[in-house]
Amino acid sequence: MRVIVPLQGVVQGTGGLFWGSVIPCALFYFLQLLFKTKTRHHHPPSNHNHHSTLHRSLSPTPRHATASAYVSPRANSITAANSPYYLGLHRVADDPYHQTHNPQGVIQLAFDQNTLSLDLIQEWIHSNGTAAMLGKPLSVSGIVPYQPLHGFMELKLAVARFMSRVLEKPVFFNPSRMVLTAGATSAIEILTFCLADHGNAFLVPTPLSPGFDGVVKWRTGVEIVPVPCRSTDDFNLSITSLERTFNQAKKRGQKVRGIIMTNPSNPAGKLLNRETLLDLLDFAREKNIHIISNEMFAGSSYGDEEFVSMAEIMEAEDHDRDRVHIVFGLSNELSVPGLKAGAIYSYNDNVVAAASKLARFSTVSAPTQRLLISMLSDTSFVQKFIEVNKLRLRKMYDTFVAGLKQLGIECTRSSGGFCCWADMSSLIRSYNEKGELELWDRLLNVSKINVTPGSSCHCIEPGWFRFCFATWTEKDVCVVMERIQRIYDATK
Amino acid sequence: MGIEIEQPCVELSNVAVSETHGEDSPYFAGWKAYDENPYDELSNPSGVIQMGLAENQVSFDLLEKYLEEHPEASTWGKGAPGFRENALFQDYHGLKTFRTAMATFMEKVRGGRVKFDPQRVVLTAGATAANELLTFILANPGDALLVPTPYYPGFDRDLRWRTGVNIVPIHCDSLNNFQITPEALECAYKDAEAMNFKVRGVLITNPSNPLGITIPRSVLEEILDFVTRKNIHLVSDEIYSGSVFSSSEFTSVAEILEGREYKNAERVHIVYSLSKDLGLPGFRVGTIYSYNDKVVTTARRMSSFTLISSQTQHLLASMLSDEKFTENYIETNRERLRKRYEMIIEGLRSAGIECLKGNAGLFCWMNMSPLLEKPTREGELKLWNAILHQVKLNISPGSSCHSSEPGWFRVCFANMTEHTLEIALQRIRHFVERIRTQTESV
Repeated sequence: MRVIVPLQGVVQGTGGLFWGSVIPCALFYFLQLLFKTKTRHHHPPSNHNHHSTLHRSLSPTPRHATASAYVSPRANSITAANSPYYLGLHRVADDPYHQTHNPQGVIQLAFDQNTLSLDLIQEWIHSNGTAAMLGKPLSVSGIVPYQPLHGFMELKLAVARFMSRVLEKPVFFNPSRMVLTAGATSAIEILTFCLADHGNAFLVPTPLSPGFDGVVKWRTGVEIVPVPCRSTDDFNLSITSLERTFNQAKKRGQKVRGIIMTNPSNPAGKLLNRETLLDLLDFAREKNIHIISNEMFAGSSYGDEEFVSMAEIMEAEDHDRDRVHIVFGLSNELSVPGLKAGAIYSYNDNVVAAASKLARFSTVSAPTQRLLISMLSDTSFVQKFIEVNKLRLRKMYDTFVAGLKQLGIECTRSSGGFCCWADMSSLIRSYNEKGELELWDRLLNVSKINVTPGSSCHCIEPGWFRFCFATWTEKDVCVVMERIQRIYDATK
Repeated sequence: MGIEIEQPCVELSNVAVSETHGEDSPYFAGWKAYDENPYDELSNPSGVIQMGLAENQVSFDLLEKYLEEHPEASTWGKGAPGFRENALFQDYHGLKTFRTAMATFMEKVRGGRVKFDPQRVVLTAGATAANELLTFILANPGDALLVPTPYYPGFDRDLRWRTGVNIVPIHCDSLNNFQITPEALECAYKDAEAMNFKVRGVLITNPSNPLGITIPRSVLEEILDFVTRKNIHLVSDEIYSGSVFSSSEFTSVAEILEGREYKNAERVHIVYSLSKDLGLPGFRVGTIYSYNDKVVTTARRMSSFTLISSQTQHLLASMLSDEKFTENYIETNRERLRKRYEMIIEGLRSAGIECLKGNAGLFCWMNMSPLLEKPTREGELKLWNAILHQVKLNISPGSSCHSSEPGWFRVCFANMTEHTLEIALQRIRHFVERIRTQTESV
């Protein structure tokens, strides 16, 4: 039975709301300590001094001026100042661990970033950086003038080829369907603006990365409806759960516009297999909603199972493709988050058109684009990088998980990403969120490790914690295990 | 053979289907004509000359020289520590060295008459993002910002599209050289009230785009008094502040605030960018400088959606900290822009076309109303069409800038060589002569 799906679209409502911050500023100060010869006596991070410095710079003005002009409720943050996120951040910033300079400091394990293969990037940039940016012969005409605000076509071509390599399959990406943005975060927000209106909702499997819901919700006013994944399913997504959540949302009067799934997932690191992806497509078609496949960690899949991209599924689909959209995180793949480059890949022409125009608010700097074009076109470098990076991630994951296992802590079997998802429920005093946060606090203050509690990830089962391992060495991992041991010793 | 069934197609959002991006207006239509037949001195000398793009290429050589002489700026710093720091850096506070360099540069552009605190500098990927971000923070959907006309056509999109905020014009006309008057401000406020919009602020561009003039100190004082009286915000988009032909002729709202000892300053926010003054639009560098602590904190967090890559920040931090380079650039750039401006004014005058007396920017505000068949918007668009398709010049019609008087056009002069400008002026002269001859023979 052939089905024709014509194009159209009308709804209403706009707006924006709150958000909790995503990017810890502590890392900057942490790195300053790590890589410069400094002792514990470092400058406190700016967010501590922030208000007082601002105040000083306007000394005659009282802190709360009279008749202050209105500021929208958007100025309020979702994430409370006393959330684990901020509290952990501040503790790390005040006393960041360093193998030699500050071995008793707080170890940051709540930041999902990958530095394991940064040396390869560094080497490449030092050998090729200038020519990459300025071209040969050196000229600035490639980086200075106005350029299409949705990205250079050359970069889109390079990204298309790169993603094929990452997937290790000859998947064809049409560069005209690509929109380049200042990071995967803006890509997700732009897609949200295109696919849903204020007050609508997206189904999102949990646990999810802390701050993710803020990215979706803050300025768009689009709600997240969590689809809980359970330990009994090893935190794999179940279509039954999706169906149930969809129906519950409908009963509540919430208009669901789509599903956003992160594959590999964060924090559990699960891959969606081919069958599930096909089921998801069927589900989306049946309910007539969108799918956003957030594949920003695609290149970080190190497990034994194959990573299947939504793009691969779509190659075999010749109709009803308008509802599928993929997000890639270039700076993520290359473990250089500072480059801030992401991409939207949509099978819907209207979405490509709208997103291309919206990308003007989240553009990638031309020098950065030039650098990426060069780097991504260096096929032998890309090949080596992908291989080495996966191996290193795998090794570090295995080491970390083994270390935890020795302490009696089991982890979900992860196949990608920079974190492991650990079951520490045996250590919590009461089997609820309060107990979990109490353990988190002990881990921070007794073990001096900053990890992410499951409640910050919307996990419905208490006692799960996310450990980000991809910025450390094996030596550091030993230290982490020793520190966790302190909790056991303290419990006895 | 199956049955063909029409299924409900998957819907998009209101934002996605809205026309508020404005890309169907003449302002952008001219660009299409240019893209299809672009002028090139050698390969396409009869093509369309782009005079609708406010880009500064007159000091390109200075930038080129700097970047070629300082290649280490582009490789993220020498040695491992510098590299790691910058490569991993994705903090929305921005590189401290860059914020400091930016604040210093902004001070230099204002002749050192005012100080900027790097802690108040919020970085965004371009002024486009900065203006939208501020609108998200200062207003709710359905509220309004008052904007003096004529204004940059992009505002219709940047301030309204995703934010759901309205623009209510503050009408300015040629009788007083398009100055903003207290009466016009009050009138706009009342207009907004009549439409049931809550006014949240006034957004001015100083120097003005498309007028190419600076706002006099006395007018700035009046505007500041007005926003204080109404308890609303003031956004001052000063992206052309470094493109004033003579530094002494520009007064930043920052100077007024300093003079008032920062009383009521928390309602004021400045937008700046390196796209125009430093001729680096490809770099995508914008800033919000706010005197309001809450706005700074919020803008900083919100800038996560529009961060500047650390590589670019590092490169620019080096460039802007190089005092010799910046001082030379600012001075040379001003001088070249002034010369270019004089050239176009003279050229137009010899064709019998007058312009508003300008003192800043990358464009002039040209009065072609004597050439209109009818003194209406349609008359203006008819003339614009003729200029685009017969004369092959893409200039911006005043109506796309919401000018209330038909016949004015914005003409950019800094995005081409002097030779190209000569050609453009010749074409205009011939066109005007032709029209005059036709009119006389009738």
